[in-house]
Formats: sequence, structure tokens, C-alpha cells
Amino acid sequence: MTTAKQNKLKTLLKLFTSTLYISAFTFGGGFVIVTFMKKKFVDELHWIDEKEMLDITALAQSAPGAIAVNAAILVGWNVAGLPGMIVAVLGTIIPPMVIIGVISLFYTAFAANKYVALVLKGMQAGVAAVILDVVCGLGLKVIKTKQWINYLVMIAAFVATFFFDLNVIFVIVAALVIGVVKALIIHKRGLGK
Amino acid sequence: MIYLQLFLSFLQIGLFSIGGGYAAMPLIQAQVVEKNSWITMDQFTDLVTIAEMTPGPIAVNASTFVGSSVGGVLGAFAATFGCITPSIVIVSLLAFAYKRFKGASVMESVLATLRPAVVALIAGAGISILLNVVFGGQTVNFDAVNFIGLALFAVAFILIRKFKVNAILVMCLCGAANLIINLIIS
Repeated sequence: MTTAKQNKLKTLLKLFTSTLYISAFTFGGGFVIVTFMKKKFVDELHWIDEKEMLDITALAQSAPGAIAVNAAILVGWNVAGLPGMIVAVLGTIIPPMVIIGVISLFYTAFAANKYVALVLKGMQAGVAAVILDVVCGLGLKVIKTKQWINYLVMIAAFVATFFFDLNVIFVIVAALVIGVVKALIIHKRGLGK
Repeated sequence: MIYLQLFLSFLQIGLFSIGGGYAAMPLIQAQVVEKNSWITMDQFTDLVTIAEMTPGPIAVNASTFVGSSVGGVLGAFAATFGCITPSIVIVSLLAFAYKRFKGASVMESVLATLRPAVVALIAGAGISILLNVVFGGQTVNFDAVNFIGLALFAVAFILIRKFKVNAILVMCLCGAANLIINLIIS
């Protein structure tokens, strides 16, 4: 076997085990899993750059379906094309399928167990720390762009979703519109010169 | 053909749930409780609880739970693949479009504006979880502060931010620490 082929197989295997591992340990919604994907694929493996990961998050959020599955599809294509997409999706759906399959057999005992509840509550504190750590890193990058429009979008998006419960789709569409308008203005200025 | 019915029902759930997570819940309820009576409303409430307590997207959890209770292992597969098929088609098209137009200046400008918004969305999700840990809900109530949870969060944050400890390891340690501390106190 050629080394190129071996490397490709190695990448696929790593992609599969990484998505499997992330999916098995990330409790909570889509943004939680996206945060862990950023830690793994951007910070640790350097397969994807930070900007791409944010774009992937926006795309995963805007498309129909589960955010975690959508993000896995995008990461998979990005890292290793069609085979990458397939292994990333499998890695993401196998843990919940196995866990739910087992739990549905003895649900009542599981949910009523106070030790289980305590462990899960403690893990939530850890999840909050992981997410806010990633937010600090990304937020600092946004501040470093030194563009007031970016500050404005970030603050407005936070207030709209967090305090007013605005649907995230509207926030993403609004940011898209602002981006298009900005691009048009820059384009016009460029032509005027 | 129960498998085909499961596949088609979850195909609709996957296709129409935009925004993930809780956006999918009313759709799942409409399909599996109201339209097809595959599970009861009580079972559906249990399902939501399980989905909250276990890893994985709620739509995948729901499809596995409903699929296996209606049609066993094959049912679980039929429902889950129904649920993710729309994503695979639509998101793959988006992936191509992204790759194709990424370098274009208009696309770059749009994406540059989108990124701060995404950071804000992630921040909101993180703070919601933190409030849930510290105050037991989304309202700030200083009579019911969970100091253990707050301390665990603070320690975990420092371990990850300053000492770059593995995130999943920190999360598991938090779970174990919470159990141990509560057992010692009680």
C-alpha cells in the first residue's frame, strides 16, 4: 500500500474516533458539540482553521436538521471529502443511538437515580466552563479585528438571542444582510476611486 | 411497512427542524404522538428528559427511542437514517457552495460579519448552561445559589483556560467531584 493511501486511512480513522469521542461526551445542545469540535479539530489537530470552524457553525445552524450532525457533515467534507463525511456522520450518530437504545430498556431506574443526577449536574458545570473558554478565545479575536461593525453585530446578536429569545435564524439572516450591505458599500467605494 | 413509515416521518422531522435542539421538539411530538400514536405523551415527556441527560442531538435520540420501541433495532435505524438524510443532502450542497465561493470578496465580507454573531450565539448557550447550574434555572435567584456548582465551574474554567487541560477530562472530573462532594456533605 502506498503511503498516501495509508495517510488517508489514518486521517479517516482519526476523524471517526474523534467524532465518536466528542459525540459520546457532549451533553446538551448543538453549540456544545460545536465547541468541542473546535477544541479538537482547530486547536488540537489543526485540520481546520478557526475562521472555517465559525463558518461551519453558522452553516450548521442555518440548515435544517440537528446542528451536531450538520457540523459533522461539514467537518467531514472539509477534512477528507465524501468518505470523511460518511465516517464523521457515523461517528456522531453511533454514541447516541447505542446509549438511547440501552437506556430505553431501563429508563425509570436511570432517571430516578440520584447519583446519576449528581454526576450529570457536575458535568454541566464543566460544560459551561468549556464553552465560555472557547467564547473568550473567539471573542478576543473579534475584538482584535478593531472593526466597530463586528463589535456591534456581536453585542446585538447576544442581546437579541439571550435577553429577547429571538430565533437564531433571524440573527444569522440579519448578520448576512449586514455583510452583503457592507460588501456592496466597499465595492462602490472601490469603483468611485 | 412500519420501517418505511418511520423513515418518512423522521425524514420530515429532519427536513423541517431548523435551528436544532428544541426547534425539533414540536415537530417530533406532532409526528410520533399526535399523527402516528407511536408513543404516548407521557413517554414523550420521558424521552425529552432522557435526551437532556444523555449526549447527542435530540432528533437522533428521539428517532432511536421511537424507532426501537416501534420496530426494534431495524426501526431505530430506519428512523435515524430518515432523520439525517435531509441534512446529508442539504448540508453537503452547502459545503460545496462554501468551498466554491469562499475566496470571493462578497462571500468573505458576509462571512466576516457572520462570525461575531456566531460567537455571540455560542456565548448565549454557555451562559444559559451556567445559569442552570448556579441558579437551577434561567432566572437569577440569590436565595438558591448552588455554590458547589459555581466552584466547580470556576475551577474547571481555570484548568481549561490557564492550564489547557483536556476539556472532556475536565468535564468528567466535574461530574465525579460533584457526586463525591455531595456524598460527603449529606
